[in-house]
Amino acid sequence: MILWGGIRKALRLAPLAAALLLSGCDWAVLDPKGPIGDANRQLLIDSVAIMLAIVVPTIIAILAAAWWYRSSNVKAQYLPDFEYSGRLELIVWAIPLLTIMLLGGVAWVGSHDLDPARPLASTKAPLNVQVVSLDWKWLFIYPDQHVASVNRLVVPAGVPIHFMLTSGSVMTAFFVPQLGSMIYTMNRMQTQLHLAADEPGNFRGLATQLSGDGFADMHFEVEAKTEPEFFDWLGQVRAQGEELTPERYIELSKQSVLPAPITFRAVSDGLFEKILDQTLPPGPGPIAETNPGALKRMGK
Amino acid sequence: MLGKLTWGAIPFDQPIPLFAGGFVILVVLCVLAFITIKGWIPYLWREWVTSVDHKRIGVMYVTLAGVMLLRGFIDAGMMRSQQALAFQSQGYLPPEHYNQIFSAHGTIMIFFMAMPFMIGLMNFAVPLQLGVRDVAFPTLNSVSFWLTATGALLVNLSLVIGEFARTGWLPFPPLSELTYSPGVGVDYYLWAIQISGVGTLMTGVNFVTTILKIHAPGMTYMRMPIFTWTALATNLLIVAAFPVLTATLAMLTLDRYLGFHFFTNEGGGNMMMFMNLIWIWGHPEVYILVLPAFGIYSEVVSTFSRKPIFGYRSMVMATMAICILAFMVWLHHFFTMGAGPNVNAVFGIVSMIIAVPTGVKVFNWLFTMYGGRIVYATPMLWAIGFMVTFVIGGLTGVLLAVPPADFMLHNSVFLIAHFHNVIIGGVAFGAFAGYTFWFPKAFGFRLHEGWGKAAFWCWFFGFYLAFVPLYVTGLMGMTRRLQHYDVPEWHPWLLVAAFGAAVILAGILCQITQLVVSIRHREELRDLTGDPWMGRSLEWSTSSPPPAFNFAVLPQVEDRDDYWRRARLAERGAAPRAEPIYKPIEVPRNSPTGFICAFFATFGGFGMIWQIWWLVVVCLVGAFATFVVFAWRDRTEYEIPADEVARIDRANRRARGEALTTAEALS
Repeated sequence: MILWGGIRKALRLAPLAAALLLSGCDWAVLDPKGPIGDANRQLLIDSVAIMLAIVVPTIIAILAAAWWYRSSNVKAQYLPDFEYSGRLELIVWAIPLLTIMLLGGVAWVGSHDLDPARPLASTKAPLNVQVVSLDWKWLFIYPDQHVASVNRLVVPAGVPIHFMLTSGSVMTAFFVPQLGSMIYTMNRMQTQLHLAADEPGNFRGLATQLSGDGFADMHFEVEAKTEPEFFDWLGQVRAQGEELTPERYIELSKQSVLPAPITFRAVSDGLFEKILDQTLPPGPGPIAETNPGALKRMGK
Repeated sequence: MLGKLTWGAIPFDQPIPLFAGGFVILVVLCVLAFITIKGWIPYLWREWVTSVDHKRIGVMYVTLAGVMLLRGFIDAGMMRSQQALAFQSQGYLPPEHYNQIFSAHGTIMIFFMAMPFMIGLMNFAVPLQLGVRDVAFPTLNSVSFWLTATGALLVNLSLVIGEFARTGWLPFPPLSELTYSPGVGVDYYLWAIQISGVGTLMTGVNFVTTILKIHAPGMTYMRMPIFTWTALATNLLIVAAFPVLTATLAMLTLDRYLGFHFFTNEGGGNMMMFMNLIWIWGHPEVYILVLPAFGIYSEVVSTFSRKPIFGYRSMVMATMAICILAFMVWLHHFFTMGAGPNVNAVFGIVSMIIAVPTGVKVFNWLFTMYGGRIVYATPMLWAIGFMVTFVIGGLTGVLLAVPPADFMLHNSVFLIAHFHNVIIGGVAFGAFAGYTFWFPKAFGFRLHEGWGKAAFWCWFFGFYLAFVPLYVTGLMGMTRRLQHYDVPEWHPWLLVAAFGAAVILAGILCQITQLVVSIRHREELRDLTGDPWMGRSLEWSTSSPPPAFNFAVLPQVEDRDDYWRRARLAERGAAPRAEPIYKPIEVPRNSPTGFICAFFATFGGFGMIWQIWWLVVVCLVGAFATFVVFAWRDRTEYEIPADEVARIDRANRRARGEALTTAEALS
């Protein structure tokens, strides 16, 4: 009885609690700006609501039983031999089992709908972006536009973006909380991710897998622009700066933290593929050139 | 001559580790000097260092865990304070130091705090609960302990000589490969964990054998206390999982020392294999820690509710189900690797299925309290605090098992909050409950209740203050292991988290005070009967502390909760059992094998870390010689004469008789 009352109560309260949580606009994960992030958030909230329906009554029941059956309560009935009840055992196994069956269905459908490698449904052709994680910066190559940018990802809003990701160094993970799903980057391997931004805006992107001493600085800006603004930006990038040649890439792959984002007006053909097949070698790690002094104590 | 070791390995230029290390060395030297001046060394050597008594080894394990809790907590305090300060600044810890601190914190808390604590409590209680005189292989048990201590020593040595790993508590390649971590930090990690891992594996073998093969007469499987069942499950997991850890780390060692390419970027190495292998060990490890805690809660809830555990068979089934399922979920630690929707969904659903037996356990504890007469002693507070906290941790855990939710929360501080929720709320609370529960059995006096309750409340609220903010900042997109950050919204929450850590510190200080106060007032807290809590299982049927042989005659078990039934019959005036005919008892002789092995393992490990090859060879020869000497021993046991057994047992029978008379006189 206590249990069912509690469940009903919790179900009524769940949307309220969710609304309260969402009123704070700085909760990046709960404030998505793209379809994938939106769907991830919905799934997250649904799962929590399903579980709260069990967890809240359970906590209340634990506290209630612990309080009522205190040894000083003379009104509480002492049942020293109550150690088995087939009916209760059935309920005890059934409640978590049914919950998990429901949640398992949610997880199955969600995993397939929100598979990072699954292209987004859209009338527009996706923008391809090749992502290379380096020590300790993010390289974004626009293969069809032949430009590149470091630590600053500019995308057109409303256009699906197809990310192809690899690592030019250690394993790490690419994540833009407000756009959705994160994914690992690994050397010699390519992962796929499809995201989109619904509206123009600035978001924070970051590495989420420890990659060494510069890890905390390995974040990047994401700028979603309107399509005309995006083309303006491309024009600006093409008009200035260096070309990203294999030599320049090797320089870039050495350990460093960049003070400000940079852009490249052009990119050598097949640079991403050369990183993938290791024609361009993975980053050298700590070397005397980039880490003077630091190597001394490490016994090298 | 000294391999890679030079004066450069001592951090003269870094005041924080230098002073911390210097202070620790000073304290250790003072303690050693104090012991020497007091003339305690022969006593310690005879009664503790060389002891193969499972109770003494258990106490030493828990002591090691307590010391390592302090070290691990200091790391935690530094991390919390760094993140509280490092908003738009570098804080006070540079990244190369900060990365060592969180790596050491995780390594120490899992391998040298939580594991020794649980293994210590199992060592102490399992043979007593089974009604037997020792574990299957007593000397092996001592070797296990000392090898664990070696691992702990090596990790702490890295504070002053060289550096510790900067790769996190699991050294993911390629970051942990020689190219990206050229220092000795990862080598310290590898050898410390390999050496202590051997010890843990031997513990597993020892306890599986003990529980399956050595029982008091009548102690059938379905009469074993739940704690013993969970100990069996845990040790089965150890036997199955630890070899995987050893093999994985051996492969990484080959990569680093001999230029192999198991996990490197180049040469066809594959870091995904490391991720899979390490989590095939790593997920069962979580249950290795929490299953014995579940066992402790079962004992505590049932004892202090004055009722048998509800649904004993369900509990056993749930324990063994968790034991098996633990091996089928490892992939949920890297849903973000891009394995594809079918793989992710299957592993997500199996992970959720573990919540079913776990949920059953929670409901069974609830129904154990139902109809009980709950006494709020400190262990029961820990148990109720656990139940409330753990279901929240279970909720966030199942949430993380939903792959698309994990895509948003993987590696975030939300994940940190989740696993601290289950490790503190589940494992640490369980360890403290067990410590308070069995302390009178181990030392013959109870711990002070007031300070124990104060410690509980500090830990309980401190936990929520420290980790609810991390749930929040995780939802704000904060990832783990950040040495500094510049997002203003995170800052106030991290200040609250630091305050929470301070409250937990108050809890630890209460625990230290509790121990000191209890020792000083031990006469008032004395447990004369051997049964201070109205216990249910066989450990409460012998005296506190139990004699070396545990039971003067092996108990005849006729029922589950056999001792409880007898004790209540005695209260109702049933005649005590007739005095048995005492016989001499053979107990295993003490042996310094464990300590000497660990001595060679310490220097051998140190030699491997710094590549001092002659030292490695000397130590290997020394360790093998120790083994040969032990194998050729001709006397393994000594005899306690029947008179002595009779004297000890009669004293306990008399104390229990007097306690009964007093209780009758009062009522």
